[in-house]
Amino acid sequence: MSEQKKKLSLIAFSGDFDKLTATFTLATGAAAVGYEVNIFFTFWGLDAVKQKQGRAFIGKGFLPKLFGFFMGGPKVAPVSRLNFGGLSPKIFRYLMRKNNVATLEELIEAAKALGVNMYLCEMAMHILGLEKGDFVHEIKDVLGVATFLDISEGGRTIFI
Amino acid sequence: MNCQLSIEKVNYQLDITKEHCPMTFVKTKLKLAQLAKGDRLEVLLTEGEPLENVPRSATEQGFTVLEVKHIDGAVHQVTILKE
Repeated sequence: MSEQKKKLSLIAFSGDFDKLTATFTLATGAAAVGYEVNIFFTFWGLDAVKQKQGRAFIGKGFLPKLFGFFMGGPKVAPVSRLNFGGLSPKIFRYLMRKNNVATLEELIEAAKALGVNMYLCEMAMHILGLEKGDFVHEIKDVLGVATFLDISEGGRTIFI
Repeated sequence: MNCQLSIEKVNYQLDITKEHCPMTFVKTKLKLAQLAKGDRLEVLLTEGEPLENVPRSATEQGFTVLEVKHIDGAVHQVTILKE
């Protein structure tokens, strides 16, 4: 039997509130029970770890700035079904607090505190005109596919 | 002048009976990270997943589970030592 530390790697593709909640629930749960956890944020998933939490014109150039505004950040993330114009995430947050379940923001903070390794997709950042400085300072690195495959080797990988 | 040095064992307590997954494990892990050698942590938790997995994951991470004690109803107390 290998004595190597158990490893979970998550590809955070979705920027939806519910899917990001699933991503960070898995990440924090696994990190808390001793797993090495890596999250690779790409495309809409980049929203989760932006420095500016709400809508902001970030990115280089007109179109990236427009995209940056409409994508928003974790505070304005929609749910993947029955979003009702942004009402559903507010209802979810209310229900989570009422039932003493960690909110998305609390899970993101927990992931930082637990030392979850957070990586950004170099290609998606290039398309959207984003830089590492546009993201939270806990981001470990900006990676391409080959490096992510190398990092995730030997563990389980989940795409969300 | 009395220069006697006394080293007291520091005990920590954590109540996760009102928490849900994954914060049951997250709060335990963050508390365990504060322990110095010889410190003990007493965790109040409920039966089911917290009772099954908190002692197991603590053991896997190199801590010693000294005791699992039934307190009341579904509540148990797990005592963990950092050696």
